[in-house]
Amino acid sequence: MILAQETPPLFDWDWVARNWDQIIDRTWEHVTLTVVSVAIGMVLSLGLSIIALRWRRAYAPITWVTGLLYTIPSLALFALLVPIVGLNATNAVIALTSYTLLILIRNTVAGIDGVPASVVEAADGMGYTRRARFWKMEVPLALPAIVAGVRIATVTTVGLVTVTAVLGLGGYGFFILRGLNTFFWTQIIVGVSLSVALATVFDLSFVWAQRWLTPWARGVG
Amino acid sequence: MIRLDNVTKTFPGGSRPAVASLSLDVGRGELVTLVGPSGCGKTTTLKMINRIIEPTAGRIFIDAKDALAVPAHELRRSIGYVIQQIGLFPHRTIAQNIATVPLLLGWDRARIEARVTELVEVVGLEGTMLTRYPSELSGGQQQRVGVARALAADPPVLLMDEPFGAVDPIVRKHLQQEFLQLQERLGKTVVFVTHDIDEAVFMGARIAILNVGGVLEQYDTPETILASPANAFVEDFLGGERGLKRLALRPVSQVGLERGPVVDVAVTGDEARRIMDEHSVDWLGLLDGDRLLGWVDGSMLDGGDLRLLQPRPFLVSLDSQSSLREALDAVVTSHARVAVVVDDGVYKGMLDLEAIAEEITE
Repeated sequence: MILAQETPPLFDWDWVARNWDQIIDRTWEHVTLTVVSVAIGMVLSLGLSIIALRWRRAYAPITWVTGLLYTIPSLALFALLVPIVGLNATNAVIALTSYTLLILIRNTVAGIDGVPASVVEAADGMGYTRRARFWKMEVPLALPAIVAGVRIATVTTVGLVTVTAVLGLGGYGFFILRGLNTFFWTQIIVGVSLSVALATVFDLSFVWAQRWLTPWARGVG
Repeated sequence: MIRLDNVTKTFPGGSRPAVASLSLDVGRGELVTLVGPSGCGKTTTLKMINRIIEPTAGRIFIDAKDALAVPAHELRRSIGYVIQQIGLFPHRTIAQNIATVPLLLGWDRARIEARVTELVEVVGLEGTMLTRYPSELSGGQQQRVGVARALAADPPVLLMDEPFGAVDPIVRKHLQQEFLQLQERLGKTVVFVTHDIDEAVFMGARIAILNVGGVLEQYDTPETILASPANAFVEDFLGGERGLKRLALRPVSQVGLERGPVVDVAVTGDEARRIMDEHSVDWLGLLDGDRLLGWVDGSMLDGGDLRLLQPRPFLVSLDSQSSLREALDAVVTSHARVAVVVDDGVYKGMLDLEAIAEEITE
């Protein structure tokens, strides 16, 4: 005979209060993994984009390799890297970075290619060196496309960070994984909603940053 | 000032050279137009001067210095460059666009600022535009900024590649006239590419007519080319209406204007009638001092005071800077028999169809 049955509530605010420190720690971890991976991705992809732009023949192999990386399931990539770098943050960052490359390179190259030929010709005609032209004309004018790539890469990375929970990391993914193992809904909801919120915050700050960086594109056309 | 010495350009994969052994001299302060059909290499020739396109063979001298001996980017900072697509930098304000070359040359802030302010006025723009971005300006305004940007570091040489090709015909005419006035003051050495023979005739002190493959067919003043084309190609390229094109080159001021049947309103009715008979016309122009009042029909002369008559305005009134072609066009389209020439309200004389026709046959 069942004397009393307590249905656990769908969302337990007490759990949130009790684990506040843990949530802060995992937020920090999530943000760090995302920022470090995307930042490294940006530096690498800019370098690879410059190579692809300078030697057009390199563009196809670069997109082929980064495209291949992009198709590897993240779980498999983490596992593949374990024998090489171990079960740690380096493993996570390498994998996460590799997923950003294709998007970032494609957008950067398309952005630079999209700079009007007349602007490039005028810059040459005024006496810009090739390097100065790239940094002062082509990169600023390609910013909208580059930022668009960074936005997609960042939002994707925020989602993928949760998978690194299998490495004992995971940021908010830690809550999701533990919640799934224990059928504890509160943790799953906290993990998922904070992850979505973080992606949104990143995305909106890029929109704002782009507006600030490209004043010439504001309210025109 | 600019000397091309057997310059050849063969593009990779091209079987025939785009420009073959072209030699061309442009004098200091001279405006030379390069004109020819598409594929004649006029743009290629222009772009070899500032090495946007590197010549395959031959030598180029600017101010007696070998243009191929210095780094291209340094050479270009001493050559103004204006292109058809304007190519303003969309992410930079008008002031920053104009300041491009001075910035590259490392001028100090105050000097750049003073120069930009000066140039805005020179090309006829408003100072309020300086803080705007190119996309906020009209096509004509953008091209003015393009010219200001090219002039910024006061280069002795200006290269212009169909600079007014992207604006509508009315604005184009304006920009052409403005640029000629500017050029009169600045005295730059200008190479100006166009596909439009009328523009070439209007702008050029000399015209270089190029044929396909960069062959120089004739290089001379517009007058000479129109009067005596060197060969069938040039004649064909000049098209019809060569006589009219020559008229376009002559300002009315160069023609000996007749005074015509014109009297001062102070003269007597008899004197008026005598002048009319002398010119065998049945109308009379009335002057008050040197101011032209208009004309009256012969039948209105009744021997009384001419001041009491109501003169009608002349249909065609020009100033002496107008071309004979404009005069002819105005006379023909308005069905007037004469055009009167008035400068700042002062009567200069009149021009009839016969006088214009004489200029054509001359």
